[in-house]
Amino acid sequence: MANQFQANMPIYLQLVDQFKHRIISGELKVGSKLESVRDLAVQFEVNPNTMQRALAELERDGLVYSERTSGRYITKDKESINKMREKIAQEIIEQFIEKMTSLGFSIQETLELFQKKIEEGVSK
Amino acid sequence: MTKGKELIKITDLTKKYKNKTALSNVNLQLESGHIIGLLGPNGSGKTTLIKIITGVIKDYKGTVAIEGNKPGEKSKALVSYLPDTSYFSSWMTPSDMISLFKDFYSDFDEKKCIDMLHKLGLNENQKIKSMSKGMIEKFQLCLVMSRNAKLYILDEPIGGVDPAARDFILDTILTNYNEDATIIMSTHLISDVERIFDTVLFLKDGEIVLQGDIDNIRESEGKSIDELFREVFKC
Repeated sequence: MANQFQANMPIYLQLVDQFKHRIISGELKVGSKLESVRDLAVQFEVNPNTMQRALAELERDGLVYSERTSGRYITKDKESINKMREKIAQEIIEQFIEKMTSLGFSIQETLELFQKKIEEGVSK
Repeated sequence: MTKGKELIKITDLTKKYKNKTALSNVNLQLESGHIIGLLGPNGSGKTTLIKIITGVIKDYKGTVAIEGNKPGEKSKALVSYLPDTSYFSSWMTPSDMISLFKDFYSDFDEKKCIDMLHKLGLNENQKIKSMSKGMIEKFQLCLVMSRNAKLYILDEPIGGVDPAARDFILDTILTNYNEDATIIMSTHLISDVERIFDTVLFLKDGEIVLQGDIDNIRESEGKSIDELFREVFKC
């Protein structure tokens, strides 16, 4: 897992993204308990302070909450997970459109290509 | 928790070797609970700074305090130091060194050391003279990380090992590091190591030219620490 990070971006932000992805995909279950900062740091092979910062960020976003004595949990609020899911979907679509536009495709052409790809059956 | 407590305070530190200035007016405050990268090209003063903090070099100008103690007997009990050279006699085995460490340091954890050795694929009864450079480096790291110290100073701990072993050693450091302690690590191999730091110090011609939280630096510069290093120290 050592080389999973891009070195030119803050690692804590990359951790936040990874956690969001795991929460949305259900790999991290709603309401489940997170491991300790220390164990997570070892698992992700990062500095414990970096992990701490990522978890604080997730807390601010309302995806994680902490119980004073027993540790951190994934939110039970499915609504906020759904919101995050939609927000990330929007971002992916925006990036896609931006890339297609920069290649010179109009929105109409992009849509047609997209449609065609789906009809062919998306590979994988 | 003693996290965030002042651990090292250096004021107006200057060190000259005859007519060469190795460190010039260094001011530095470091807290407990961090892993700090001490970065700089050859001859920038890294090892001199380390030797002053560890009490090896005693003639310098300015003040240095480790938890309020001048480097010496008291501070040595708090500091676990991995020098950039090996100090073993070739006839020795890791077992011999482990007994010595047990006698020298009351905070040495023998069991932890032997576990770590085995995890790194070493045998405590193999003679040092039959070990490769990388094996000796790994063993030395085991000794140093098995002390329950307040400050760990690692001078080029991964220079002699291959990239796969490097990752393993970094994980050994992360797993065995006590969060109330601080680790200062000097290295040339920035891109391999930068993920485990939270703070970096750039030393150039004996002066600190950059100090800060590593993710804040990445955020404001949009660069990796390795890239930034290459820029600051461009020849």
